[in-house]
Amino acid sequence: MNLALRDIRHNMLRFALTALGLGGLLGIVVVMMGIYEGALDDALRLPRASNPDLWIVQPLTKGPFAEPSRLPRDTRDLVRRIPGVAASGAVTFQTVQAAANNKPLRLYIQGYEPGRLGGPPSLVAGHDITESHYQIVVDASSGLQLGDQVPLGPYRDPYTVVGLTQRMVNSAGDPIAWTTLLDAQAIQFAVAAPLQRREKAAGRSPLVTADINAVLVQLQPGVSKADVAQDISRWKHLSAVTEKQEEDYLTVFVISKMQTQLGMFMGILIVVSAVIIALIIYTLTMDKIRSIATLKLVGAPDRTIVGLIVQQALMLGVSGFGLGVALTAIFKGHFPRRVLMEPRDIAILFVIVVVICLLASALSVRAAVKVDPATALVSG
Amino acid sequence: MYETADPKALIELHAVSKHFGEGATRVNALVDVTMSVFPGQVVGLVGASGSGKSTLLSVVGCVTEPSSGWMSLDGEIVYDQRWLSRDLRRLRLEKIGFIFQTHNLLPFLTGTENVMEVLELAGATSVDARTRATDLLDYLEVGHRKDAMPGTLSGGEAQRVAIARALANGPRIILADEPTAPLDSQRAGVVMDLLRRLATDQQTAILVVTHDESLFDRFDRIFRLKDGRPVSTEEAISPQGAMA
Repeated sequence: MNLALRDIRHNMLRFALTALGLGGLLGIVVVMMGIYEGALDDALRLPRASNPDLWIVQPLTKGPFAEPSRLPRDTRDLVRRIPGVAASGAVTFQTVQAAANNKPLRLYIQGYEPGRLGGPPSLVAGHDITESHYQIVVDASSGLQLGDQVPLGPYRDPYTVVGLTQRMVNSAGDPIAWTTLLDAQAIQFAVAAPLQRREKAAGRSPLVTADINAVLVQLQPGVSKADVAQDISRWKHLSAVTEKQEEDYLTVFVISKMQTQLGMFMGILIVVSAVIIALIIYTLTMDKIRSIATLKLVGAPDRTIVGLIVQQALMLGVSGFGLGVALTAIFKGHFPRRVLMEPRDIAILFVIVVVICLLASALSVRAAVKVDPATALVSG
Repeated sequence: MYETADPKALIELHAVSKHFGEGATRVNALVDVTMSVFPGQVVGLVGASGSGKSTLLSVVGCVTEPSSGWMSLDGEIVYDQRWLSRDLRRLRLEKIGFIFQTHNLLPFLTGTENVMEVLELAGATSVDARTRATDLLDYLEVGHRKDAMPGTLSGGEAQRVAIARALANGPRIILADEPTAPLDSQRAGVVMDLLRRLATDQQTAILVVTHDESLFDRFDRIFRLKDGRPVSTEEAISPQGAMA
């Protein structure tokens, strides 16, 4: 006969409410783990979308995601001529605050040269950019539809949505949009006409730049990434990093703070969960002191008593864990950031919950083992 | 040392003493208690509050360790200056049934489950335990309440379930601490009749702590304590009692 189950059945309301509260706490832990995993996955989608072998960036920088990187536009032509390079593409990156359908819209714009590396991955609707200006491919998470127009740049030129991608956001969760490289440069560097006139009157060059942020490189089959990267770096005004290094920059320098912050929150919540489990199990145990004394008096061994307490703690923890995971699965779509529930994370949290249940029941087990069976003989 | 031990006695104490504390704070709870209880006997343990009744019951129940003397249960020496049994809980489980003033049923188990629990602790299978528990509850005329939780049982019903639990493993010794205290005189009489029937039918030795003088004529013997010392052993005048 399982005494723990019978006792829970007897105190079902208290157990259910506690499990629900614990489920809420553990659900928040699952959400935080999911937000981190989602942010990591989101952040890596952009560098992986073009699947380059090498990123060419400004020397001594960890650009273009972890810090700014500026290169002359002709860098792509220089790189293309290096032996072993199969394809290349110049790209720019920038975040813009726009508006569409009377709603604010934050976009992460990647400028690229159509037909070269750096364009949007497979589209779920529409087509790739076919004209030199004012077309945009955007992620569906922006809420934009094919044919919608988004005003961008200093003149708020209308850009027409011609293609849609899916689940393409940056590390901040902003939807990614692709324009031609020229449009992206114009959006970033063009200035309004009055300012241009003032610069001209002062005898200075117009404020136009054709810089790019990076060059993506794909190598011919069998060519060593390290060898080509070394060749490129010899030019001294360029730096070449592998795709893996670029992903590490993103993970270590861009996502790590979020990981630390979420990790601290998760740690606090797990400690709070452990305290709640310990308190509830201790309270349930204290309520059962007479029953425990009676069990000892009629001959129950300590393992029966310990089993009762530990099983209750585990049932409480596992129920709370199950509720937390279920609540997260139900409500994860309502969070502004993507919540990615990785089975590995869920399994790790399960092990943590089991361990804290065992630790939390230790106090109660200690108290129960000390109960004098003679207590059962005392009236009251 | 045990020459005087009566092999027929189910409970035998010889010069058993128990004190708590030392020096100025020393309290002599039991002083040189010698007594025997035989199969089929229902013995009353009486005395004023603080006379040592509960301590004696606790000692016989192998819950409290005496300070000196020796004690045998069911023909086995269990204490002689120290506990001789390595597993006192197992000893209690197999040889002793306890009946409490407040029934002490586990509140989260039904009547049947309360009885089943001690059977399963002794190694019975769930099926066998349920059959035995049902039979006992029927025997004690409380079978119709077997699935009720203790909180919904009347005092008399709860005490009968508690008695069923005490009898579950067929103990040779039953220790009852004020078993009729929460009951009215009519129900108290029913419980005492039940204990008498058990003693007779199963040749059990039953030691009953009570304050209720109206029950004295239902005992085979009355063992009276005062300040921890045995002051008298009175043979019962009840025609129901019969010395073994």
